Amino acid sequence: MIALLIRDIQLAFRAGGGFGLGLAFFLIVTVLVPFSVGPQSALLSTIAPGVLWLGALLACLLSLDRLLALDWEDGTLDLLATAPLPLEGVATIKALAHWITTGLPLVLAAPVLGVLLNLPVQGYWPLVLSLLVGTPALSIIGTFGAALTVGLKRGGLLLSILVLPLYVPTLIFGAEVARRGAEGTDTSTALLMLAGISAGAAALLPFASAAVLRVNLR
Amino acid sequence: MTLSVSDLTITRGGLPVLEGLSFSLEPGQALILRGPNGSGKTTLLRTLAGLQPPRKGTIAGAADQIAYAGHSDGLKLTMTVRENLAFWARVFLATDIEPALRAYDLNGLIDRPAGALSAGQKRRLGLARLMVTDRTIWALDEPTVSLDTTAVGLFADAVRGHLGQGGSALIATHIDLGLEADVLDVSPFRARLAALGSADEAYL
Repeated sequence: MIALLIRDIQLAFRAGGGFGLGLAFFLIVTVLVPFSVGPQSALLSTIAPGVLWLGALLACLLSLDRLLALDWEDGTLDLLATAPLPLEGVATIKALAHWITTGLPLVLAAPVLGVLLNLPVQGYWPLVLSLLVGTPALSIIGTFGAALTVGLKRGGLLLSILVLPLYVPTLIFGAEVARRGAEGTDTSTALLMLAGISAGAAALLPFASAAVLRVNLR
Repeated sequence: MTLSVSDLTITRGGLPVLEGLSFSLEPGQALILRGPNGSGKTTLLRTLAGLQPPRKGTIAGAADQIAYAGHSDGLKLTMTVRENLAFWARVFLATDIEPALRAYDLNGLIDRPAGALSAGQKRRLGLARLMVTDRTIWALDEPTVSLDTTAVGLFADAVRGHLGQGGSALIATHIDLGLEADVLDVSPFRARLAALGSADEAYL
C-alpha cells in the first residue's frame, strides 16, 4: 500500500500529473474575487472565510475526475483489483494521495491568499485549522464519487453533480469555523462537527468506494 | 494448485456468453483458449481472475492464485521500465525484478520512460510483470499482440519456465506458441439465444 502511495505522489509531480492544478485554480479564484467585488476592504474581510473555503472546495473538485479514471484507462485498476491489496485499501490510499497532492498545498497556501482578501488577523489560525481538518473529507468523498463514475467516458460532469451535495455539510461547517474565527467568536462546536464529518467519511466511505469499484470493474 | 471449474455460466453486460463450461488445470499444465471474437474468452479470464462473479457454477483454487494480464498492460507512461516493474513487485510482495528483466530482454531499456517504448516493448514489460507476482496461475488475454517473433519466443520460454516451476497458464491466443499445451475451444459452450430471454434482474 505504501508502494501505491509513493507511486501516486510521484506520478502527480511528473509531467502531466496534475499537481498544481488545484493550487493554481485556488490562487486564481482568490486573486480575482477582490477585483470583482471592488475596493471595499470591510466587505472583503467579511466574505474572506467563505470565499477561501469555496475556492478550496472547487480546487479539490477540479482534480477528482483524474483520480481513478487514469488508472482505469491504462488497465492499472484491473490489475490492482486482482493484486493482494484489498480494494478498500486502494480507495483509502488514493484518497490520501489526492489529499497530499491537492488538499495539503491548499491548506498551506490559504494563509498567503488570506492576505489578498483582507482576512482579519485572528482568523488565520482557525482558517488553516478548518482546512486541515476539512480537506481530508473532501478527498475521501471525492474518491467515492470518482469510484462511482470510473467507467464512464467524460464522467467529470456526473461526478461534479454527484459530489457537490455530499460536499455541502463539509463546506457549511468548514466555512463556519473560519467565519467564527475571523469574528473572534468560539469555533469549537463547528470544528468538532467538521472533524466528525472527516472522521466519519474516512471510516465509512472507503468501503462504499471499494463496493462501487467492484461493480464498475465487471 | 489445481484450478477446477465446473458448470460455469458467465455473463457480459447481463447476458450469458458461455454456459456449462467445465475444465481443470493441473500444476505444470498450459491450456490454450480458442474461440471466435466475442465468444467470451476475455469474460472467462476476467471471471476467473475474480473481477466479476460467475452467474452459475463454481471456481475452485483460483482465489489469490491468479495473475491476470488483460488487453492493457497497466503501465504508467511517465515512469521508467524499472519503476513500473518495481512498483508491481512491491504490490505483490516480491523483491527481485532481475529475472523478469532478463527473461524479456528489458535490461537495455531499464531507465527509459514507458511512454518512450514501442508497442511491442510495452507488451514485453506488461508480460514481465507476471514474473514478479509470484502467483501460480497465469491468466493471459491475447499476450502476443504486437510482439515480434523473437519476443514471442521469449514469452514462450517464460511460460515454459513458469510451468517447469509447477505453475500453470491459461492463455487466450490465436497463434501457435510452440508450447506443449491442451486446447480448450469455447465455441461449443456459447450460450444459446433462448437464454437471452432470461433477463438478469439480480445483475445490478
